[in-house]
Amino acid sequence: MKKVLEAKHINKFFRKPVLFQALNDISFSIDKGEFVSIMGKSGCGKSTLLYILSTMDTDYEGQLFLNEELITGKTKNELAYFRNKHIGFVFQFHYLLPEFTILENVMLPAKKLGLKSHEEIEHDAIEKLKLLHIDEQAFKIASRISGGQKQRVAIARALINDPTIIMGDEPTGNLDSHNADNVFNIFKELSEEQNLSLLVVTHDKDFADKTDRIIEMGDGKII
Amino acid sequence: MRWFLIILNISKTHLLSRVKQTSIAALGVTFGIGAFIILMSFMTGLNGLLDGLILNRTPHIHIYNEISPNLNQPASLYSDLENSMHVIHSIKPKQTQLKIHNALPIINYLNTNKEVKGAIPQVKTQVFYTAGIIELNGIVTGILPLEESRLFNFHDYIIGGTPQGLKNNLNGILLGIGAAKKMSLKIGDRVQLATPKGDFISLKIVGFFQSGLGEIDNVQSYVNLKTAQRILGENANYITDINVKLLDINQSVPMSKAISKQFNVTAIDINTANAQFETGTSIRNLISYAVSITLLIVAGFGIYNILNMMIYEKMNDIAILKATGFSGFDVKMIFISQAVIIGFIGGVLGLIIGFVCSKLIDSLPFETEALPTIKTFPVNFNYLYYVVGIVFAMVSTFFAGYLPARKAQKIDPVEIIRGQ
Ligand SMILES: Nc1ncnc2c1ncn2[C@@H]1O[C@H](COP(=O)(O)OP(=O)(O)OP(=O)(O)O)[C@@H](O)[C@H]1O
Ligand SMILES: [Mg+2]
Repeated sequence: MKKVLEAKHINKFFRKPVLFQALNDISFSIDKGEFVSIMGKSGCGKSTLLYILSTMDTDYEGQLFLNEELITGKTKNELAYFRNKHIGFVFQFHYLLPEFTILENVMLPAKKLGLKSHEEIEHDAIEKLKLLHIDEQAFKIASRISGGQKQRVAIARALINDPTIIMGDEPTGNLDSHNADNVFNIFKELSEEQNLSLLVVTHDKDFADKTDRIIEMGDGKII
Repeated sequence: MRWFLIILNISKTHLLSRVKQTSIAALGVTFGIGAFIILMSFMTGLNGLLDGLILNRTPHIHIYNEISPNLNQPASLYSDLENSMHVIHSIKPKQTQLKIHNALPIINYLNTNKEVKGAIPQVKTQVFYTAGIIELNGIVTGILPLEESRLFNFHDYIIGGTPQGLKNNLNGILLGIGAAKKMSLKIGDRVQLATPKGDFISLKIVGFFQSGLGEIDNVQSYVNLKTAQRILGENANYITDINVKLLDINQSVPMSKAISKQFNVTAIDINTANAQFETGTSIRNLISYAVSITLLIVAGFGIYNILNMMIYEKMNDIAILKATGFSGFDVKMIFISQAVIIGFIGGVLGLIIGFVCSKLIDSLPFETEALPTIKTFPVNFNYLYYVVGIVFAMVSTFFAGYLPARKAQKIDPVEIIRGQ
């Protein structure tokens, strides 16, 4: 089985306000098509780990492989390109560009990638929005829709470049149980039908139980 | 190209969602550029007018025969006295004529020179204007009216007549307006001249000459070259002055030296004759630029401020863009392009406002004795100031946007996302 993501002996230190080790020798891997959840007490370092895995945080020790390619040590521009092409990220707080329409928000990463024509990108974006049952809002401004709707738009945006892996930091944290179930089902479908890999941080035990594997964290370590 | 359109589209959306801030920033630039255009147009217009007062009618090189004592006195030619000191008292200039020797060939020679726009002859002579018992001192200059007008804007100083009118009448005179007033003469009247030889000659007034300098207008009159030669009883090769206009005024110094050496005449260049004018012009230009640059720097600070504020507001957007794969450079370009767009829009508006105001100033009445043909304020509509203005607007806003944009480039998305 091809490894989509592999972390080897990752350590993370915060130097301010005092020296503090947030991650301690984290090693694990995710296979293609696997749906993995991370659980653990608040403050145990889940988000910190996710920022490193998503290549946004480069200040760590250890090695990170994505698609069996060493990511550690690449320049910021290379990482930006890599993120754009291979990683879809869903934040805990639905981050959208508030002045752009839903459609534009979804299209933007694909435009940046620049592999497809404007029409193709628009078509794809509508498809992804349909997948999340939010396509009828496509031309609304992002600041004018509800929190749950924003969350789904953010997921559609994460999918637009057909990434290798989707990472989510409590992507259902702000959703009611109905919408949370909906998002879970979409993730499950993507992993099963499109062989997409997923790594999701969650506090929701029910949610985690339904995933392929749970990584339990405590005090910066995997337990 | 596609990349650029994406960046531009993002900055456009940012700007359009903050119309108020954007317009305030743009108005700052508009104000600066507008003031620059108005100042420069008006100042250089004024410079042109003042230069016109002296420089345009002054020949770049003035050739004449100066009466001065000969440097080679007989004593120094005598070889027996070679090694001794000569003391000669009261050397007097030798009686020579004012006429330039071989003037016509010199003029022909100069007119074939590529650097020369034109070289024209003049004949100057003293006269008395007589009207009844009054006798007024006067100077009559014989000219080629059309050539004078072409090279030295002679027509600007004629009231009630034309260069053509003078040319057509060999018995015509353009009488100095001061002299005309003293003798209360009108156009069409005749004026009696007493020539240096004691003859009397009667000429018809075909117009008045007004330079704006009272002392000149009291004595100076113009007639045709042939008329002046006739007054003096001389033939066609009697010429006292040659006025040369060059294509490039900066050549006047070397040219005048060469001419005076080659033809053994006195040749004065315009820089020597009117050095102080250059200084005045450059100081006025300096003031205009200093004021405009100050205004633009103020506008630049406005843009810097607004963009800085915007970047704080847009922290989240910057984090999202970076998280979804936009590079720091992309983010920097988004903000720089916003600054430059503000600069461009503000600048173009400034050009328009500057142009409209200049037009307005141009139509305000401005009467001056010095330039009888000028009726409104002088404004220079040189397109170069508009080019400089817009370039200036874009460059200054670029720099105003550059620092905040660099800050945006360096923002760490993790810090922003964690901060939520
Ligand atoms: N910028 C920082 N500087 C110093 N310490 C930090 C910083 N960010 C996080 N930490 C510390 O690192 C530890 C891990 O934080 P992290 O945000 O990863 O926790 P988490 O597991 O995501 O918690 P939660 O479930 O509440 O989101 C915490 O103890 C936190 O105090
Ligand atoms: Mg967290």
